[in-house]
This record gives sequence, C-alpha cells and structure tokens, in this order.
Amino acid sequence: MNPSAADTWDEFMEGVWRQNPTFVMILGMCPTLAVTVSVVNALSMGISTMLVLIASCGLVSMMRNITPKEVRIAVYIVIIATFVTVVDYAIQAISLALYDALGAFIQLIVVNCIILGRAEAHAAKNPPLPAMINAAGMGIGFTIGLLALGVVREILGAGTLFGVALFGAGFQPWVIMVLPPGGFFVLGAWLLFFSWLERRKLRRQQAKLVEATQNA
Amino acid sequence: MTEPSGPSVSASRVIPIAVGGATPPVPPASPTAGMIRTLGLVSAICGLIIVGAYEGTYDAVAANKRIATERAVFKVIPAAKSIAEYVALPGGGIEPRVGAGDTAPGGVKFFAAYDAGGKLAGIAAEGGAKGYADTVRIMFGYSPDCQCVVGIGVVAMRETPGIGDKIITDKNFLANFTALDVKLKGDLSALANEVRAVKHGAKTSPWQVDAIAGATITSRAVGRAINDSAQVLLPRLVPNLDKLRSKS
Repeated sequence: MNPSAADTWDEFMEGVWRQNPTFVMILGMCPTLAVTVSVVNALSMGISTMLVLIASCGLVSMMRNITPKEVRIAVYIVIIATFVTVVDYAIQAISLALYDALGAFIQLIVVNCIILGRAEAHAAKNPPLPAMINAAGMGIGFTIGLLALGVVREILGAGTLFGVALFGAGFQPWVIMVLPPGGFFVLGAWLLFFSWLERRKLRRQQAKLVEATQNA
Repeated sequence: MTEPSGPSVSASRVIPIAVGGATPPVPPASPTAGMIRTLGLVSAICGLIIVGAYEGTYDAVAANKRIATERAVFKVIPAAKSIAEYVALPGGGIEPRVGAGDTAPGGVKFFAAYDAGGKLAGIAAEGGAKGYADTVRIMFGYSPDCQCVVGIGVVAMRETPGIGDKIITDKNFLANFTALDVKLKGDLSALANEVRAVKHGAKTSPWQVDAIAGATITSRAVGRAINDSAQVLLPRLVPNLDKLRSKS
C-alpha cells in the first residue's frame, strides 16, 4: 500500500473502529437508544446519518477557506440542517411507515454531535475528499453501532430479524428489550464487551513488553 | 479589613494593565462584508438544495400518503375498491374535499368508499384519543345499512409493545368492531348510546367495547376515539347519505 492510500485507509478506519462514535466516543446516544428497537430502523437511521455526514462534511470542507471563524457554527448548522431536510423528504418518499417509525429522530440528526463534531474537528481543516472519506468512516461506524444494538434488541425483544420470525410460535418475546430500559441494557453489555477487548489488548502488550525486557 | 481601599489604590491597580500592553494579541476580526457574503452564499446554496429536494420528492410523497390512506380505508371496509374524500361541515352539510390543504375550521374529514360497481360500500373516518403513552389514532369503517362500526385499523400509536398494541392483533377485541352499534337518536343530534369500553368480560350491549384484560387504558382510548369522532361526524353525515349513494 503506498503512503497516500494508507493515509486514506487510516482516515476511513478512524471512525469505523479506532474512534467509533458509539462505542469509543459514546456520541449520539439519543438516536442510538431510541430508534434501535429493530434492525430496519437502526439501519435506516445509520444510513441517513451517514448521508448527512458525508454531504455536510463535503460542503463544509469546500467552504472552509471562505468561512470566517466568527460565523462558522452558523454556517455548519445551516449546511447540516439542509441535508437533514433532504434526507427527511427522501425517507417520506421511500416509505411513510419508516418515516413514522423513526419519528422526530430524523429531524434531530441536525443536533447530532457526531456531525457537528466532524465538521468542526475534521472537515473544516481538510480538503473535500479526505473530509468525505473520514465522514463515511464515521457514518459506517455509527451504523455498525446502531446495528449492534438493533440486532440484539430485535432478536430478544421480538424474536425476529428484519421482521422475519426466527423462532417457533412458542417463543415468548422478551418485551423489555424493545422498551427504553432494554436499550440501556444492550448498550451497557456492548460497552462492557468492547472495554474487555481493549483491556485484553493492553494486557497482551504489557506482557510482551515484560517478556522483551526480561530477554534483554 | 486591613486592605486599604480608595480611589487612588484601585486606580494604581488598573492603570498599569491598561497601558502596559501586556494583553495577549487579539486576532484581527474578519471583515463584516466577508461574513455576510459567506452566510448569504451558504443560505442560497442550501435554499436551492432544499427546494430541489422538495420538488423532486413531492409526487412520491403525495403518492405514498394517498396509498397509506387508501390502504387504511380498504382495511376497515374490505368491499371498497375506490375512495373519495369529503368534509362534513360544521353547519351540517358535506362537500367533496379538494386539494391537499387543511380542512376548513370545524370540518371533519371522512372517506366515502365505493365497491367495484361504484356503489357506496361504507364510510371511513379517523378518530383519536389519549392512550397510555400518546394519542391513539384509529380509522373506523361505518356501514350506513346497519348503522354500525364494521372495522377498525390503527393509524398511529405509541402504546407499549406486547400490551397496548394488542388492539391490532387481539381477535376477541377486534370482534367488538364487526357490528358496533352507533345508531343516532331520533332527532339525529347525537348517538343514541355512547360508545364506551367496559372492563373485560362486562360487555352487555352492542354499543359497548369489551376491553382487553391488562390493556384497559388503550382499549378505552379506542372506544373514546370512535365515540368522539362519531358524535361529531354522524349527525352531519346521516342526513346527507343519499348524496353519497353512488360514485359521482
């Protein structure tokens, strides 16, 4: 891999894994807990956020040289709100049932701190292409986070996946999983899992280090 | 107080700061014209994008809404093949609803459903009442022949999954709405008997709704939604039924 491709890959993977908005930065918790009652909702919310993220980071980046710092937040919010409106119309045109299921959380993408954070921390300082690649990575990372919750909650809480029943008629759904407390339970379990992964990695690195010093 | 105070002291404290020139350099402010230009440009671009998206999706959104309404009406009046939208006016008359704008103040929207032969198959109207979590909005089908409600469907609700949302699946509950009596009084001013949900197993009359055990609040909301809507709509509608008999 040549250096620039590696950089691009790095830019992309930042959001997908190292700085995953849901599990590492713990951002955007409001939609994460609220709309992940089913896989379809989680996936649509993730994709909507990703599209808004990519488009607004692209435009913010294109305007970065003519945006005075005093008005930058106003500019970012107008741009983000515009693309949220576009996505809002698009979802109404695709499916009203989906639009009803996602409810106010589509409009609330405007105040999702992942997007404003990306605009301020990355897009405002980088050319459009890297900004959009970074945004795409963040969007995918957020979608993965929502899906991780959505899959678990739909399977446990409704016994279905993408609306298809997984178990026989005897299955008694664990209803609390699709109620608000279930969102916290599942999120907590995932955070526990990722923190365990992180600690294990750290422990192994330390063990390697100790081994190396002993050998020396 | 040991600290001396007076105008001379405070002045001596202030002056060195004011004239010392030790304040951190303030970055030069951007010119106002630049800010206005950027904001204007952003607003113009964003305005164009939004208008483009609105225009581009308008037809699809309208079609989706129409399909959703038709589906809800066809569900409560299975014989229906086409629908026409009407408004029942506060004065008592009815008129076809044109355009997609808001209905006149006090007007009640309803749908006349026609079968394949163009004959009136039933009337569908919406109603809403406060449920456990939020307003439960339902669509109910009214049959002029038996003067009764012949079916219901849920338009929107946020009731507890597994408990309140049984109103769409519970067969015994839905059986209430195969012939729910909503006859009008002799002078056509109101319903002869108020539609009301009663405790599970306590239904004795054809205008009562047998509630789901454990979901009484949601069941009551359905009963009240039908009652409130029928009390307003039917006195205006029934005297005009002949105008709706066949498809115009």
